Amino acid sequence: MPKDTGIGASSKRREDIRFLTGKGLYTDDLALHAQAHAVMVRSNVAHGKIVSIDTAATEAMPGVLAVFTGEDFVAVGGNPAGWLIKSRDGTPMREPKRPVLAHGKVRHVGDAYAAVVAETYQQARDAAQQLADDTVIEELPAVVDMKAAVANADNRVHDEIPDNVCFDWGWIEDNRAAVDAAMKAAPHVVTLELTNNRLVPNAMEPRASIGEYNTGTGDYKLTTTSQNPHLTRLLVAAFVMGIPENKLTVVAPDVGGGFGSKIYHYGEEALVLAAAKKLGRPVRWTAERTESFLSDAHGRDHVTKIELGCTKDGEILAIRTETHANVGAYLSNFSTATPTFLHGTLMSGPYKVPHVYVNVKAVFTNTAPVDAYRGAGRPEATYSLERVIDMMCRELNLDPFEVRRKNLLTPDQFPYQSPVGLMYDTGNYQATLDKACDLGDVAGFEARRAESAKKGKLRGMGLSTWIEACGIAPSHLVGILGSRVGLYDAATVRVNATGNISVMVGAHSHGQGHETVFPQIVADKLGIPESSVEIVHGDTSKIPFGMGSYGSRSLAVCGSAMDRAMDKIIAKGKKIAAHMLEAAEGDITFADGKFSVAGTDKAKTFGEIAFSAYVPHNYPLETLEPGLEETAFYDPANFTYPAGAYICEVEVDPDTGKVDICSFTAADDFGNVMNPMIVEGQVHGGVGQGIGQALLENTSYDETGQLLTGSFMDYAMPRADDVPFYTVDHSCSTPCTHNPLGVKGCGEAGAIGSPPAVVNAVIDALHRGGITHVKHIDMPVSPGRVWQAING
Amino acid sequence: MHNFEFVKPSTIADAVKAMAQDGAQALSGGQTLLPTMKQRLAQPETLVSLTGIPEMQGVCMGEGGLHVGAATLHVTVAQDAKALYPALSTLAGGIGDPAVRNRGTIGGSLANNDPAACYPAAVLASGATVVTNKRKIAADDYFQGMFTTALDDGEIITSVIFPVPQKAAYVKFNQPASRFALTAVFVAKHAGGVRVAVTGASNDGVFRWTEAETALSADFSPSAISGLTVDPTGMIADLHGTAAYRANLVKVLTGRAVAAAH
Repeated sequence: MPKDTGIGASSKRREDIRFLTGKGLYTDDLALHAQAHAVMVRSNVAHGKIVSIDTAATEAMPGVLAVFTGEDFVAVGGNPAGWLIKSRDGTPMREPKRPVLAHGKVRHVGDAYAAVVAETYQQARDAAQQLADDTVIEELPAVVDMKAAVANADNRVHDEIPDNVCFDWGWIEDNRAAVDAAMKAAPHVVTLELTNNRLVPNAMEPRASIGEYNTGTGDYKLTTTSQNPHLTRLLVAAFVMGIPENKLTVVAPDVGGGFGSKIYHYGEEALVLAAAKKLGRPVRWTAERTESFLSDAHGRDHVTKIELGCTKDGEILAIRTETHANVGAYLSNFSTATPTFLHGTLMSGPYKVPHVYVNVKAVFTNTAPVDAYRGAGRPEATYSLERVIDMMCRELNLDPFEVRRKNLLTPDQFPYQSPVGLMYDTGNYQATLDKACDLGDVAGFEARRAESAKKGKLRGMGLSTWIEACGIAPSHLVGILGSRVGLYDAATVRVNATGNISVMVGAHSHGQGHETVFPQIVADKLGIPESSVEIVHGDTSKIPFGMGSYGSRSLAVCGSAMDRAMDKIIAKGKKIAAHMLEAAEGDITFADGKFSVAGTDKAKTFGEIAFSAYVPHNYPLETLEPGLEETAFYDPANFTYPAGAYICEVEVDPDTGKVDICSFTAADDFGNVMNPMIVEGQVHGGVGQGIGQALLENTSYDETGQLLTGSFMDYAMPRADDVPFYTVDHSCSTPCTHNPLGVKGCGEAGAIGSPPAVVNAVIDALHRGGITHVKHIDMPVSPGRVWQAING
Repeated sequence: MHNFEFVKPSTIADAVKAMAQDGAQALSGGQTLLPTMKQRLAQPETLVSLTGIPEMQGVCMGEGGLHVGAATLHVTVAQDAKALYPALSTLAGGIGDPAVRNRGTIGGSLANNDPAACYPAAVLASGATVVTNKRKIAADDYFQGMFTTALDDGEIITSVIFPVPQKAAYVKFNQPASRFALTAVFVAKHAGGVRVAVTGASNDGVFRWTEAETALSADFSPSAISGLTVDPTGMIADLHGTAAYRANLVKVLTGRAVAAAH
């Protein structure tokens, strides 16, 4: 019987009432008295020397209040990378300064080199056009292709970096020789070169920021589209602007999707604050869709050669990869962690592989910065691994299901120390694979294939067994790995005098449903109705601290902090109850919302205890403070390791190359599930994005660095009829062993596990249809590419 | 978007007068023009809306076939031509999405003549007549290459007259992002022979595949074209498909359109 409240109930998303009725309040919805409008002036060349910017005519235009150029920000700091990566030779990564506005050179199409602030948006827009006309930029040859960038020492994105390489990382470098030897000794070696296509995040709400400055107090306020307001405060205050943290409030109100792109601090946020201070007026900026395409941090963009050494019967012996990872023109905040510690550490997947070595060269190019995007490094690892395993099966004529069963870790092998540095705590990968086979009716595939053949369609089935490391992240571990921040989270549980509860959480909800799920957990633990709990998030002046939402961490890390804070509430409640009930504290038990004296019928309700804490007429004031509010910071002991098995069935039209997804089955292990409906929705969204990457989404720059797919006319987002009705299961649960809720995280899973299942299915369809010369097709597996591969 | 004047005449005569002003630009559904203006790539001084003119609205049978007013919405054609010219109705019902179909008009589509638009294929394959405020233009004379038509400056399409074929079908293969035609084929079997019009494929815009027309006029079956090849020279090559791919689609979709024609 499904529960109707508390943990495990599919409570309906309370935030949807405002989202679906147009009552959400997004940054651009705010209208402030005396506000001025900023428009960024962006480069239309990929690489160029800024020769001159003549601001005179622009400044004289109607309504223009201020013009900013890179010159205005030379004295302030740069936007830093959050992780310091060291190259194989021990040298630190090259870390060029990322300025608020480009100075000296522009480095990608869309790179902002100036900004205009005016009374109205139209005036600012007109003035920005004038300023662009009055700017002389001497175009330089663009660095676009990564391998060419590394090979050509003369053409530099950053003049001080001769080969455009940020770092050349080996993981684990000490194991390299042993991996090489194992590969050499392997009876069979499979080699695959593939591209993990660059993606534009395309959140529904474009980025927007409003800066305010109080000339009376010297306080700044930034309202912005952020997944991560505290980190933005830290970066703006301590690194970029030099403002004391306690003089800056960052508010992220309703945010319409992020998928990673809104984790980071962007220059526009510093610009509106600087402009607000200069003018003493609020200054706002909202990206146009074209600006989003050009200047949001993109995702993926790896070019990888993966080799797999195995026995003739498919036992994996060694894996070795060489990856070029595009970081774009500047280092975005997580850009150095994504291709390294979120990618290399997953390269043994859910398999027992003795020898693994990963090499990643991060390369600067004259393209938009690339950073974490839903899955962040883990989709790239999973795709490489699951594709090469599929290729192994084809080369050796082995069954892909059996090969995976042979290599998957078994439940008795946990905890498992992987050869790439992670300690998997728990899992049951056979169970999810069995479940997927069952739900996906693998046994009935042949009959379905025959039906498709009658219609002239080639049917194929693709499998992916995946794992990720999320619940980001244990600070002690990420510190060793180069992180410059801790990755704990925090929550304050405030029990109000009347017994209802406000919970201030560091995790930011921008579609995830925290406002529904977190109260379920509180209600369950404190024995009160869900409706008595409200979640407060996204405002640094209201919440204790937080490291935001990304890396499938909100529940595993912030939810755990909330759980710890509730433990403190219950502990204090017991003290109050002991006093009120004239019993020893050790005899007080708490269950179902009541503090009771064990073995008696003497009890006080949660509400009575709360009331007593705020109206302490009968209260142990000599030993206990009044009030009932507790804060906890939680730093996870380990990553969490969700895993699953995905099966995709496709039909390929051999005449047109069109791929239709017939079915998609996802059997996942997310540990304990708090709200099954929301988990299912997360999987739907993630798989949808994975299908988008696999079949549709293509970010293409031409050789001059112009973005060819700069609008929805050419950049194909998945639509409802591009995706099937999903079969989703999360019943094969092995609870996380090290956080109090036993949760693993589900936000990124679908985007991680699905792309290889889709591509494997397409290759399978072609092979079953007799088109055996096609070994691989790079994503997106578009009709044109499939047809070309068939007829190539 | 830059500022502009806006007029909405209620007669063709007034519209013609308004269009004679310097800097005037006709606005029908605005599905191409308005995004272009928002991007500041077009700066007309005056927009002359053509959607308030009753005589440019509606679908009915008349002399020469099916008359469609130039300012008729795609959604209206999809509904009202269903029984009268099913293939045209299908085409109209497959343009863009509901928002586009409830703003976009046939006249706007034809005046713009996007090389990947749907309507030009129907007009050319049907052997339709484009009626303007000044004259009647045969489909074969109307389309003059990508974004180019026989229209003079200020000339307004008022209606289109479609001879209704014995059998017809439109088969469209979507460009995955825009869902314009990556390539689409309209096949129409008339008493006097078959016409095959292709959109989305050629650098010259919509065109007739005459070899297929000859073969299908002799034998209206998919197998009639199996021996033909399509020359990829002059076909569009872009991110979504090579010239050879589009040439392949022309043949594949023609066969499917013949099979689907009714």
